[in-house]
Amino acid sequence: MRRLEKKHPLAIRWFHWVNFPVLFLMIWSGLLIYWSNAVYRLGLGKYTLFTFFPDRVFEAFGVPYRLAEGMSLHFFFMWFFAINGLVYVIYTVLSGEWRYLVPNRHSFREAIQVVLHDLRLRKIEPPPRKFNGAQQIAYTTVILMGAGSLVTGVAIYKPVQFAWLTASLGGYQWARWEHFWLAGGYVLFFVIHLLQVLRAGWNNFRAMVTGYEVVTVSAPSSSGKPNPSIPADQTTHDEKTS
Amino acid sequence: MGVGAAAGFAGWKWVTTRPEGGDLGQPLRRTLEFNEKLAKSYFNETRVAPTFPREMAREPRLTGEEGLPAGFDPLTWRLEVVGAGDARTVTLEDIKRLPRVNMTTEHKCIEGWSEIVNWTGARLSDFAAAYKLGTRDGTSPDVRDRPRDLVRYVGLETPDGGYYVGMDMPSALHPQTLLCYEMGGRPLSMEHGAPLRLVTTVKYGLKSIKRIGRITFTDERPRDFWAEQGYDWYAGL
Repeated sequence: MRRLEKKHPLAIRWFHWVNFPVLFLMIWSGLLIYWSNAVYRLGLGKYTLFTFFPDRVFEAFGVPYRLAEGMSLHFFFMWFFAINGLVYVIYTVLSGEWRYLVPNRHSFREAIQVVLHDLRLRKIEPPPRKFNGAQQIAYTTVILMGAGSLVTGVAIYKPVQFAWLTASLGGYQWARWEHFWLAGGYVLFFVIHLLQVLRAGWNNFRAMVTGYEVVTVSAPSSSGKPNPSIPADQTTHDEKTS
Repeated sequence: MGVGAAAGFAGWKWVTTRPEGGDLGQPLRRTLEFNEKLAKSYFNETRVAPTFPREMAREPRLTGEEGLPAGFDPLTWRLEVVGAGDARTVTLEDIKRLPRVNMTTEHKCIEGWSEIVNWTGARLSDFAAAYKLGTRDGTSPDVRDRPRDLVRYVGLETPDGGYYVGMDMPSALHPQTLLCYEMGGRPLSMEHGAPLRLVTTVKYGLKSIKRIGRITFTDERPRDFWAEQGYDWYAGL
C-alpha cells in the first residue's frame, strides 16, 4: 500500500525556495561586478586552461558595463541571502532537523558508496533515509560555503572597518578571490544537485514543494497520525531521495 | 508556492524599475542609503587601513580624465575653500606647511582592483583644524568630543567642475584622508592630479578626486559624479 508521509517541514521548504532565486541573483549580480576586474583563471604557471570569462561569454549574457547596477543589486539581495541563511541555521538547530543534515562518522564511507552507486559502479542502493551520507556532506558543505560567502563578502565590502577580518583571510585581493570561488562552488553544487534531483524523480522533487512523499508500506498504518491515502496506481519513484 | 513565486516576480519588477538616466530606482537607492546609515553607525575613525612597506608601492594605473582637461596651469592654482565663514583661497605652500604625512596604503578601485601606493600630504583633518573649517560655530573640528558641531559633508570639485565628489564628515576627518601633493616621493604628475588631490583609504578610489579646485564644508549632501551614474554615494570601505 502507498501512503503520503511528511518529509520536509514547511520552514525548510520556504528557506530552500527563497534561497534559490536569491542565490541566483547574488551570483548574477556578482558576475556584473566581477566583469570590471575579470582576472581569475584556471591554470598552472603560465599555462591557462580557462579564463573567467572570455569576452564573448560576457557579451553573450549581457554582462559588460553594468557594475553600478550589479553592486546595487548585490547590496540589496545580500540581506535576503544572509537573513534567510541565518534563520535557516537557527531553525535547523532548534527544531532538531540538523540531525538529518550534519554528517556523522559513517557519512564519509556511505558517501563513497552513494557516489559509486550513482556512477553505476555499485549495485547496492543507498540507505532509504531522508538524507544519505553524500547528501549530508553536500548540504552541510554548502551551508558552510554560505557562511564563507558572508565572511569573505564582509571582508571585501568593508575592508577598513573590518581590517582584522580581511587580514585574516589573506588580505583584500585574496578575500575577493575566495569570494569568487565560493560562488563557483555554488554553481558546481547546483549542477550536481539538479542532476540528482532529475535522477531521483518527481516524488522526491514534489516533497520539496508540498512536504509530502509517497512511500510504500507493507501494512496499513493503524496507529499514530493518520496519513491521507492516495490512489495506488499513481506512478512514483518510491524511497529515492536527493 | 505559486503565490510566493508571483510575489517574488512582482518584487523583482519593483526592485529593478529605474528612472530615466543613469541613476538607480528608489528601492535600490534606498537600500544603499540604509546600508550607508548602518555603516556610519559602526564607522570608527580609530580603525585604519593596513599600511605596507614602502618598497611594495607602485604607481597606480590611470583612470578617467573627467575634470582634468589639458591647458591647466598648476602654478597659478589656488584652492578655493568654502566653509562656515567667508570663502577664501589657499596656496599649495599653505598646505605644505601643515604636518607632513607619508603613508603606503592599498588604493582600492570600485572596479575591484587594488594597488599599493605611497602618498604624501596633509591630513584633511589638520587642514580643517588649522583653518577652523567644518564646524557650525567656526571652531576647529573635534570628531570625538564635539561631533554635533561638525557640518555633515565635504564636497570637492575640480577647477572646471568636471568631476566632483561628496564625502561624509567623519570619513573626511579620518587620519588616512589626505590632501595629497606627492606620490612615490615625487610631486604629483599632471595625470595623477597635480598639484593637489585627495587620497583616502576609507572610500573606493572614485572619491579620491584629482586636481582639487574647490572644497566646500556643508550640511547639504554634495553632488557626486559617480553617484549620479548609479553608484553608491557613500562608497565607504
